[in-house]
Amino acid sequence: MKLTGISAAVVIFATAAIANPITPGEVQFDEYGAVQASLSGAEGDAANGAKIMTNRGKGNCVACHAVTALSDAPFHGEVGPTLDGIADYRTPEELRGIVANAKKTFEGSVMPAFYKTSGFIRPGDGYTGKAAKEEDLTPILTAQEIEDVVAFLMTLKGS
Amino acid sequence: MKYKSLTALAALAISAPMVFAGGADDDTMVINGDTEMVTKATAPAHMENVSEVISGWHFRSDETQALQLDDFDNPGMIAVDQALDAWNTVEGSAEKSCASCHEGPESMKGVRAVYPKWNEGAGEVRTLAMQINDCRTNQMGAEAYKYDSSPMAAMEALISVQSRGMPVNVAIDGPVAETWEQGKELYYTRTGQLELSCANCHEDNYGNYIRADHLSQGQINGFPTYRLKNAKLNTVHGRFKGCVRDTRAETYSPGSPEFVALELYVASRGNGLSVEGPSVRN
Ligand code: HEC
Ligand code: HEC
Repeated sequence: MKLTGISAAVVIFATAAIANPITPGEVQFDEYGAVQASLSGAEGDAANGAKIMTNRGKGNCVACHAVTALSDAPFHGEVGPTLDGIADYRTPEELRGIVANAKKTFEGSVMPAFYKTSGFIRPGDGYTGKAAKEEDLTPILTAQEIEDVVAFLMTLKGS
Repeated sequence: MKYKSLTALAALAISAPMVFAGGADDDTMVINGDTEMVTKATAPAHMENVSEVISGWHFRSDETQALQLDDFDNPGMIAVDQALDAWNTVEGSAEKSCASCHEGPESMKGVRAVYPKWNEGAGEVRTLAMQINDCRTNQMGAEAYKYDSSPMAAMEALISVQSRGMPVNVAIDGPVAETWEQGKELYYTRTGQLELSCANCHEDNYGNYIRADHLSQGQINGFPTYRLKNAKLNTVHGRFKGCVRDTRAETYSPGSPEFVALELYVASRGNGLSVEGPSVRN
């Protein structure tokens, strides 16, 4: 009973916020690359974040990072550091900045920017190999999906 | 010994998918029990960030590696046989075959090792594929093969196998210097929405797993390459196209000036490794 009330409230809040997410061009990174405000205006859903992290067409984070909590999905990569225990030393603001555009935190990083739509060389239309017009590009993850991933990362405590 | 420890490791990787040990293995490649291959060599002086060049063979599983060790097991050798037929087949308005001008394919010994190279008469850098098509159109009056087609890959395999075991020795100076620089520039350009360059994967991260793929140095001494994944021989430009596409970028076309330049540069990064084509990869 009580629970239903809360989720209904969350739904209303989320819907209101999705109408007005911060666009990729508007994101404010501080001097260390962190982003203060939620990109969607809503809370993240950690369970959905976990799905995005293993989905090849979405975050595919495990292509480069090992995450013990996601070991149901096979073949984790070694290109980036393990994300086990990340919530012990990173704040949600830092994580939001890293996922949105890791190059603001780690200069020249090989980690792709997941919330960016301009400034690319020869951007393609997804994985077709065909050209895309810059104005047609969408970020790899939506504002809410970034928040979901951050929420999941915040569950990765103490290893 | 080594084989055992690797198998144990593979078993470990299956039971615990996150435990990987990266890097090239220490196996040695001897083809048909007699041709010893150089699969690791001191990097050529023009490579700035890598001290040892390593064949892609070292990054594959023992099972895949084994397929390249014996011509009876190597599925790429079927294409070599097909190309031998094509070599002797008269085609085109001049009523000639490759054999009319070059006799047996053994006459091609050493050719693969030095391509791409400058062609003085044409005033251009030529890949092996470009040279094959030049012979077909200008000498035979036959139709050009599609640049990254199966008959082209097969003819490249027939010519490559004549140089098998010889060191790659591509020139980078003189008239090709400018093209080589252009290729180098492309190698380090971060393309697509993922903003990744060839170097990000094949120089900064070789030996690391990127999901299920064990990243190699992206060497082309083994081309054309029979891939288990698509069960055919693959050309250099076909592979380049796939890798660029995977950065969510607009690719260049096979045979384009950009890919020719990139091929010259990447080939030169393998100077000192044995010509392996046709190799076997997953
Ligand atoms: C192509 C490789 C690649 C992909 C894909 C990738 N990352 Fe990363 N990531 C890296 C690398 C490399 C670093 C280390 C920073 C550096 O040195 O560039 C890193 C760093 C991080 C860090 C900071 C770790 C720390 O110790 O502070 C976080 C958090 C992170 N990544 C999360 C993610 C998430 C979430 C995704 C997917 C939405 C993702 N990464 C996708 C390569 C990648
Ligand atoms: C996102 C990572 C990534 C990028 C960027 C990338 N590649 Fe690759 N490449 C791979 C993977 C994965 C493989 C298969 C495993 C291997 O052999 O490394 C591969 C294989 C290759 C091979 C086959 C090697 C062999 O031994 O058969 C070549 C050649 C190659 N890449 C060249 C390039 C070039 C040139 C570029 C830039 C235009 C490039 N790659 C960009 C991931 C990448």
